[in-house]
Amino acid sequence: MNLTPSTTKRHHILSVLVENKPGVLARVSGLFARRGYNIFSLAVAPTDDDRLSRITVVVDVESAPLEQIVKQLDKLINVVRIDELAPGDAVERELLLATVSAPADARGQVIELVGVFEGRVLSVGYDEITVSLEGSPRKLDDFTELLGNYGVVALQRTGRVALPRIRRRSAELSALPDAS
Amino acid sequence: MTTNGGAALIKALELEGVDTIFGLPGGAILPVYDPIIDSPIRHILVRHEQGAGHMAEGYAQATGRPGVAMVTSGPGATNIVTPIADAFMDSIPLVVITGQVATAAIGTDAFQEVDIVGITRGITKHNELVTEAADIPRVIREAFHIATTGRPGPVLVDIPKDIVDPTNPRSAMEWYWPETVDLPGYHPRVEGDPALIEAAARLILASERPVVYAGGGILKARAAEALRELAELLDIPVVTTLMARGAIPDDHPLCLGMPGMHGNYTAVTAMQESDLLIALGSRFDDRVTGKLAGFAPDAKIVHVDIDPAELGKVRRPDVGITGDARLVIEELIVALKALGAPDAQPDRSAWKQTISGWQEKYPLTYEQSEPGELLKPQFVLETLRDNTPEDTIVASGVGQHQMFASQYWTFRHPYTWINSGGAGTMGFSVPAAIGAKVGRPDRMVWAVDGDGCFQMTAQELVTAAAERIPVKVAILNNAYLGMVRQWQEMFYEERYSEVYLSPDLPDYKMWAEAMGCVGMRVESPEEVLPAIEKANSIDDRPVVIDFRTDSREKVFPMVPAGRSNSEIQIGPGES
Ligand SMILES: Cc1ncc(C[n+]2csc(CCOP(=O)(O)OP(=O)(O)O)c2C)c(N)n1
Ligand SMILES: [Mg+2]
Repeated sequence: MNLTPSTTKRHHILSVLVENKPGVLARVSGLFARRGYNIFSLAVAPTDDDRLSRITVVVDVESAPLEQIVKQLDKLINVVRIDELAPGDAVERELLLATVSAPADARGQVIELVGVFEGRVLSVGYDEITVSLEGSPRKLDDFTELLGNYGVVALQRTGRVALPRIRRRSAELSALPDAS
Repeated sequence: MTTNGGAALIKALELEGVDTIFGLPGGAILPVYDPIIDSPIRHILVRHEQGAGHMAEGYAQATGRPGVAMVTSGPGATNIVTPIADAFMDSIPLVVITGQVATAAIGTDAFQEVDIVGITRGITKHNELVTEAADIPRVIREAFHIATTGRPGPVLVDIPKDIVDPTNPRSAMEWYWPETVDLPGYHPRVEGDPALIEAAARLILASERPVVYAGGGILKARAAEALRELAELLDIPVVTTLMARGAIPDDHPLCLGMPGMHGNYTAVTAMQESDLLIALGSRFDDRVTGKLAGFAPDAKIVHVDIDPAELGKVRRPDVGITGDARLVIEELIVALKALGAPDAQPDRSAWKQTISGWQEKYPLTYEQSEPGELLKPQFVLETLRDNTPEDTIVASGVGQHQMFASQYWTFRHPYTWINSGGAGTMGFSVPAAIGAKVGRPDRMVWAVDGDGCFQMTAQELVTAAAERIPVKVAILNNAYLGMVRQWQEMFYEERYSEVYLSPDLPDYKMWAEAMGCVGMRVESPEEVLPAIEKANSIDDRPVVIDFRTDSREKVFPMVPAGRSNSEIQIGPGES
């Protein structure tokens, strides 16, 4: 199984707000294809404003400088706003579904593993088990690796979604010199 | 007022100020062709949709107004793909309207259905499939806005038949005309950042060997006058790229002419040796830079472009300014003066002397033909140049003849040179010349074409004859796909593969006459001038002159592809 870590220096997260119009996703993915930019993962969904959707795209900046990718994306008429989310500045989540080979003697171990990771067992079959896990991409990576010990039958990740990290302190507190 | 989508479309075009549509009807676009009969807009019926696209490009380049083409679905739409790509590469404002099968039939592989929005997604500035009649005025308004503002480019609007067919209830709509355009993701920045402009001014004033590298953006921004003012204020030489020929007059003392693969020695070498390139509306195209690693190694870069993505795309600027070339140059002039220009500059007399030394030592040269030999293409062009009005518009094809034309013409005005730069589209010149003549009927328009190119779109001379558009065509007939022949001669050990065309198959004179043009053939130098004079005197139909030129003639100087500009070859056997 290919275990490319999902958070590396090569990967940058772009949070792209687009007009919710037909073909917009094709425009974005077509641009990446045409300019030779590699997409690591992509997630799209409408936002609270029904005129807008948000595309969270993780790009591999080894294929092109991030600046060019952002500028070319920005040229698309339907792209309203692009935020680059630096890994430390973003809250990232991803969902994983996996069906694992789990005959009766291994089932308990898998369920235990799912419990340790705070995942969920979605379905138990005769010799397989389907589980889900939501969390940071790193956590999903670790989980995936451990599941590998049991034989993964099918695995699907959503690609990450992300939002900028918000301030935890009030502006007053942050302004204090020793408030670090 | 209740109307239908088709009538609304034509009305919207009228309100956008469109005076000419280049097009060809068919099933899907049929309903839109009916209201054209009653519209003041002139429709020019082309013989091939590629012709419509290039005509619209020629029109746009000559007038500065967007070119409009209209074609049917399926093959009509795919036939105009090449001009769309061409306009995209050269940032030409076009609005292309394609018919589409009825909305209910989309996706069913219906007769003459193609996904033209998908096909052209990567070669349009924007494109859109309209699905409701009521959207038509808004989408047309947006299309013109997008095509003509920011970095200009082609916009395609795909219109299903049912929403324009008055017999279909889906076409019914209330007429409206949007006062404003609301595109939340589109806000081209036109004014330069003052801090960056000041930084640029400081670099310029400190530079000892500056060169202005003027690109097509100067013409798009109507910035020729500002460019000249800037160059004269600072006394800095200017190179004009293939897309910017005429941006500053070739006979201006500061104009060094064309740089690049077939640029003249001085323009190429001045850039190579400069310590500051002031790139204005140019994009460091590979045909200009040669091998990038060896390009202008000592030069700092000031780069001004309306498209922020151009800044740093190829070469990282020291100061990159997003903005409209005209506005930024004007702001730059103010900043320079505030910093003491023109006095506060280093003494650049050595640099100027070096440059004029190159100009003297390495002018463009060719050898005249011996009696009995075929014509030299350069001689034909010089004769044409010297015997046409100085504001003649020249539209060229792609190949050796294009490079010769750019090298040997003296462009004295902006918008007198129309060619296919970024895409290099053979077949561009005849339809582009026709479009230019439609846009500028007051000007003499000459197409300078190759025999290979001519055969790709010559049928549009039927259009020109029928519509009484008196363009003139000089075919530099070297019986070869000459530019490819040149590469095979130089880089493939003279192994000529599939480049021979024959000088007299077709018979260009007879072909011209069959298309309703005056046709002439010229074989000896004495006949060149009389033929040109005769062509110039004809104003009621197109003229075609078949100039029999020497196939052995090669375009020089040349920087072989992939080499550094410092390895420029001045002539055959010289480096
Ligand atoms: C549509 C298209 N096909 C192929 C080419 C490649 N090409 C570039 S120049 C050239 C030869 C053009 O021949 P001609 O029109 O006779 O001009 P010449 O070079 O002989 O002056 C060719 C085939 C091209 N630029 N465009
Ligand atoms: Mg030829």
